[in-house]
Amino acid sequence: MSTPFYVSPQQAMADRAEYARKGIARGRSLVVLQYTDGIVFVGENPSRALHKFSEIYDRIGFAAAGKYNEYENLRIGGVRYADLRGYTYDRDDVTARGLANVYAQTLGTIFSSAGEKPYEVELVVAEVGSEPEGDQIYRLPHDGSIVDEHGSVAVGGNAEQISSFLDQRHRDGMSLAEALKLAVQALSRDTNGTEREIPAERLEVAVLDRTRPQQRKFKRIVGRQLSRLLEADNAAAAKTDEPSDEAPEE
Amino acid sequence: MEANPRSTGRLPAAFLTPGSSSFMDFLADHSPDLLPGNRKLPEGIVEAPHGTTIVAATFPGGVVLAGDRRATMGNMIAQRDIEKVFPADEYSAVGIAGTAGLAVEMVKLFQLELEHFEKVEGATLSLEGKANRLSTMIRGNLGMAMQGLAVVPLFAGWDEGKEKGRIFSYDVTGGRSEEHGFAATGSGSIFARGSMKKLYRADLTEEQATTLVVQALYDAADDDSATGGPDMARRIFPIVTVITDEGFRRLSEAESSELARSITERRLEQPDGPRAALL
Repeated sequence: MSTPFYVSPQQAMADRAEYARKGIARGRSLVVLQYTDGIVFVGENPSRALHKFSEIYDRIGFAAAGKYNEYENLRIGGVRYADLRGYTYDRDDVTARGLANVYAQTLGTIFSSAGEKPYEVELVVAEVGSEPEGDQIYRLPHDGSIVDEHGSVAVGGNAEQISSFLDQRHRDGMSLAEALKLAVQALSRDTNGTEREIPAERLEVAVLDRTRPQQRKFKRIVGRQLSRLLEADNAAAAKTDEPSDEAPEE
Repeated sequence: MEANPRSTGRLPAAFLTPGSSSFMDFLADHSPDLLPGNRKLPEGIVEAPHGTTIVAATFPGGVVLAGDRRATMGNMIAQRDIEKVFPADEYSAVGIAGTAGLAVEMVKLFQLELEHFEKVEGATLSLEGKANRLSTMIRGNLGMAMQGLAVVPLFAGWDEGKEKGRIFSYDVTGGRSEEHGFAATGSGSIFARGSMKKLYRADLTEEQATTLVVQALYDAADDDSATGGPDMARRIFPIVTVITDEGFRRLSEAESSELARSITERRLEQPDGPRAALL
C-alpha cells in the first residue's frame, strides 16, 4: 500500500495561486482609467465578438482578463444578479460594491475549494458616479480578494509594469482623448521595455460616461469615433471629440 | 435555495448556468415566485384601477404611441395622472390598457427582459422578437384575465431591418396581430379608432401624426366616460411618444400641452372636431 504524499496547506494554496496567475498572464492586459467625465476601459482585443468589457447595469461596467469562458460565465452571473436586484428593489439599489462582494465571495469559494479548479481570471468592476468623487473601481484577483483602486488600474499579462507606468503619469481631470492616449501608450510597452504599435482596429474601448443623458451610461467607442479620439493629440481638440450619443459608425 | 441574492454569499448555481439570455427564464429557474404568472389566483372578483385608452399611428419615418391619463375603478376616477405609455427599449414603446397594477408590473418585466437580452447577447432582439416576448407575457396572465384582471397592451416600434414604424395589438390570450396605419386599445378604443379612420392618411408628417393621436384621444374622452380628456385646469395632458430611426422620444410637457391646447381651442368652435370630406 502506498502512502499518499503529504502536501502542506500553504504549498497547496501557493500551487493553486501559481496556476491561476499563469493562466491570467497568458492573456493580454487591459487598463481602466478615470477621466474627467467618467471611466474609460481600454484593451487590446483582436476579436470583434468576444468582448473584454461589458455593461452590467446603468452605471456599472465590467472588465476581465484571463480565460474567456470563465469570465463570461461570471459576467452573465453579474448581469443576472444586478437585474434581479434592480427588479426586486430599485435601480438605485444596484451598486458596484455589492456586485464586487458577490464576485469576491464566488471567486474566493472556488479558489479555496479543493474539488474545483481555480478560475484563471482577474476582474475589474467599475461604477461611475454623478461626480468624479463618486467613481468607484474595484479590482478582483483570482483568489477572491477585493482591491479598491483609484485613478488607474491594469490587469492581465504584465499588469505590474503597466500599473507603475500609469501611476506615474495618470492625473485627475484628464480628457477622454488624453486618458485614451495614455492607456494605449501603457499597453504598447512590452515586458522587455520595447514599444510596439497597436492599430486602432485591435483596440477595444468602452466608457462609462456620466454626461450621457440616458439612464445607461455604458457605451462602446468604435470606428470613426475611436480613430478621431486617437488622433486628437491636444486637450483643445479633444474637447470637440467627446463621445456623442449618435449610433456608433461601424 | 442555497443562497439568495439579498445576501452577499457566493452566486448560486442558477446565476452561473450558461444557456438562456432571457431574464424570465432565469426567474422561473431561480425565484419563480417573482414571475407574475406563477401566483395563486384570488377568489371571486377583485376591484382594481383600470387604465383606459391607448392609440397609435404610423407615418413615413416612424410611429407615434399615445395614451390618456385616467384610471378608473368602477364608476370612480381612481387616478387622474396615471402614466400608461412607456419606452420598452431605445426603439420601441408599449402602452397599456387594463388592470393598472398588473400592467405596470408587466411593462417593468418586459423592459427588463429586453435590456437583459441586450446585455447578455450584446445585440438587440428584432422587433418581431420583442412583440413575441410580449405575447408570451400576456398569455401568462390569462388566469387573471378570466377574473376580470386583463392586461391588453399596444406595442409600437421602429423596425431597423424594414426601416419603418410598426404597430402590434394583442388580445387577452396573447394573440398578436400587426396593425397597419393606426390602432387603439382600451375602453375608448372604439371611438378613437372611428376618429382616426376619418383623419388618417398614409403621408402624415410626424407633427400631423401626433395631432392625429391627440384628436383621437379627445374623441375617445368625448364619448367614453372612462377616458380622460386634456385637463387644462390641472395641467394634465396626454402622454405622446414618437419612435423613429433616432429612437424613442417622449414629447415634453410644453409640447404636449401646446398640442392639447390648440386642439381644445379649435374644438370650442367645432366641438366634434375636424370634418372629413363626404365623398
